[in-house]
Parts: sequence; C-alpha cells; structure tokens
Amino acid sequence: MCLAIPGRVTETFAKGGMRMGRVQFGGITREACLEYVPETQPGDYVLVHVGFAISRVNEEEARRTYQALLELEQLTELDVPEVLEPGASGHGGSA
Amino acid sequence: MKYLDEYRDGKIASKIVEEIRRIQTRPWVIMEVCGGQTHSIVKNGVDYLLPRGIELVHGPGCPVCVTPLEMIDKAHAIARRPDVIFCSFGDMLRVPGSEGDLFTIKSEGGDVRIVYSPLDCLKIARANPDKQVVFFAVGFETTAPANAMLVSRAKQDGVHNVSILVSHVLVPPSIAAILQSPQNRVQGFLGPGHVCAIMGYREYEPMSARFKVPIVITGFEPLDILQGTLMVVRQLEEGRAEVENEYSRILDREGNRPAQKLVANVFEIADRKWRGVGSIPKSGYKLRWEYRDYDAEKIFSLKEIDTREPEICISGRILRGIKKPHDCPAFGTICTPQHPLGATMVSAEGACAAYYAYGRHLESKREELEAMASLGGAA
Repeated sequence: MCLAIPGRVTETFAKGGMRMGRVQFGGITREACLEYVPETQPGDYVLVHVGFAISRVNEEEARRTYQALLELEQLTELDVPEVLEPGASGHGGSA
Repeated sequence: MKYLDEYRDGKIASKIVEEIRRIQTRPWVIMEVCGGQTHSIVKNGVDYLLPRGIELVHGPGCPVCVTPLEMIDKAHAIARRPDVIFCSFGDMLRVPGSEGDLFTIKSEGGDVRIVYSPLDCLKIARANPDKQVVFFAVGFETTAPANAMLVSRAKQDGVHNVSILVSHVLVPPSIAAILQSPQNRVQGFLGPGHVCAIMGYREYEPMSARFKVPIVITGFEPLDILQGTLMVVRQLEEGRAEVENEYSRILDREGNRPAQKLVANVFEIADRKWRGVGSIPKSGYKLRWEYRDYDAEKIFSLKEIDTREPEICISGRILRGIKKPHDCPAFGTICTPQHPLGATMVSAEGACAAYYAYGRHLESKREELEAMASLGGAA
C-alpha cells in the first residue's frame, strides 16, 4: 500500500481550492492532487500515491518503476473507478 | 534496458552478490521494513541469491497487516450502520474481523465503497448529504498526507458529513521497538523508500546512532534490495552505524516539506496498537483536537471491542524478525490467504502471504528457486 506509482502529468488545473492534474499511467489517466509538488508542470513525471503526487522523477526512472510495479501486480488500485463530482460531467472516467 | 531485465540478466546482480561475498566475514541478520520490499524479495527470490549467512527477515511495514483486529471490528461496526457510506482502499475489504469482512457487510446491504483516493470521499459526501461518509484511514507516513488533505479540505469547505477512522502508524517507532526487544536478532535495516519520500530520513539518524545500527533507505526493486543489502553489510563489516540513502534518485534527507507540514497541522503523535506486536508508544497519528469533528471514533462513540488472536499464530514474532513463516506449524496448512489466522497472512504484502503466493510452502518450489538462484539468475 505504501508504493507510489509513477505517471506523466498531462494537464494541470485548479479545483476545489487545490492544484490538481491529470496523470497518465500506461493506458489509464487519473486525477491527482499536486499540492505537495506545487512546481509540477504538464510533461513532468511524478510519483503518485493514492491520488497525490509526492515526488517528481525523471522519465527513465518513471518507466522502470512502472515496469517493476506492473510485475509485482501493484497497479490494481488504478482500476478502481473514478468518483465523479456530483452534477459534473467530469473527465469521462477511466478504464 | 529495463531494470528488471538488468536484474534477470544477472550481470549486475552477480557483481553485487560477489561483492557482498567478498567483504562478508560473518553471518548478519538484516530486516527490510517495507511490505513492498518483502513482496519484491519473495517474488524475485532475492534472498536466495544472497550468500548463505546473510539472512533477510521481514519487518512490520505492511499497514493492512498491522491494523489491529479491534480497529477492523470498529470499521465493521460503522460500516453496518444504515446511515453510513463506508469508504476504504481495496486491500482492507477482505481482512477478516471477528465476524466476516467488509465484503460480507457489503453483500448484506451495507454501503461499502472502494475508493482510489481519500479525496474521493469529499465528492461522495457532497453527493450524499443525508449520509455520513467514513474513510478507513490506515497506512504509514506515505498515506498520511492524503488523509490529512481530506480532513483539511472538508473543514475548509464546510463539509460536515465526512470523517475518518484513523489507524495510522509510523515506521521509526516500530524499528525502535524491534531494537529494544531482548529477543532482537536484527543487526541492520533496509529502510522504506516511499515512506522516506515523504518524511526524508533525518529522523532515522538519532536512532541509528543510539542503537548503533546501520539503516540504508532502499527502493523496492530487486537490484535496489541487493545494493541496499551490500551497503548495510559494508557498514556492519567496517563497524559503522549510519543512515545511508540507496534511493537517492527518488528522495533526499529532507523529504516532502509541504506534505510534512499539512500532516503536522492535522495529526498529532499518539500511542498505537500494532496487530501481532501490541501497543508501541508514540507510534502513530491521531487527529488533532481542532479536527475532532472529523474523527469517526468520536462521532460514533464506539465502545472498546475485546478481541483475541489465535494462540498458534506467530505473526508478532515474524513482524519483529524473530521468526520466519516456515517456523509456524499453521503456515500453509490451517492458515492461508483465504483463511488468515493473523497479521502477516491478511495482506499480499505480509511475509506469510508473500511466501504462500510464491509457493514457498511447497518444498519442491523452494528447491527450484534455490537452484535458479545458484545459477545467478532469479525467479
């Protein structure tokens, strides 16, 4: 549960008083809170733990950590369906 | 080349193992703290690759495992209430309490939901103003910033129908408890990488000095574990006891300051009970008084629940590195991931569940793994 998953930030935006972003993990894109790595920009790679970016990493590191987690079957949390804002269309959910 | 391919290729791994063999003059017992590291070691057979005499024992760093049975029962009592939407990370759902698990409660009509992030609970609370949304806030330092943000945002946004059931634990006090035990065998530690991505490793330094024990903050990939083990062995052989960072590509000494700041605003240090181990002073978090309205234990005024663990279970000794899963007569016989008797079997990151998942309860598998390891490859 304490392993964070690396992904690529595709966009950043403000929501609910927080700096947020969309982060791509393999074929899945999820929302992540960027409050703890506020300098993050689109195109950056970040380690995300339970919907929170906790550290920036380089692309090579992101790739191999992702591969290692895949082999350890530690990516299942990404399959949990996204909860949409009440009354909002959201970003269409994820796979 | 991918990192795991590099490991499987065996060249770098063999070099590290050879170096350990070259400098090692006596047996050493080293504990990996994090459950993710345990899982990786067992899956990849890293321990079979190490020279005989370097023993890896598996530490208490699986949050699902160490969540006390009383807390599981409290979660279940709350989840059964018709006015509650109970939210949790997926891995807590199949942990059995005194009566069934969260899946059972869900099948009996309880509104139990798996969430990806604690922040999902804010959305669920806004969409369900007539319900109390409760999040099962388990985890180590890595998860605390996420839970702190949930509570902080709920308070700032005036969302009153959300609360958290806190069972937060901390790594350094558990290491201190292991070292203070008269039965302790552990001489060096592989520290938890992603926990230290949040906290840094400053707080490990006084402990390393006080107990004269090397602590190397280490990643979870097989080559990280081998490299971290080499760094610990080198310190032990040279008579040094320092905190070193094998995982510098991810973290530094200071950790994530904004996360530490919010955690300190929302939580305060408290005594916590660890499943299999018992109470450890100042070993976890509770909500600060300012956030008491978000504390599910206060909102639902739960009575203390009396629970008892099966006497045969040795998970407490496994979590402290005194025993291994194979030392338990129940392991793989009456205790399996489907019917876990104790802490180290309830989650895939627990030592017993990892040993079971990768066939280590089967002697034939053990021989196969050892044979592979001796050829310089890995499982």
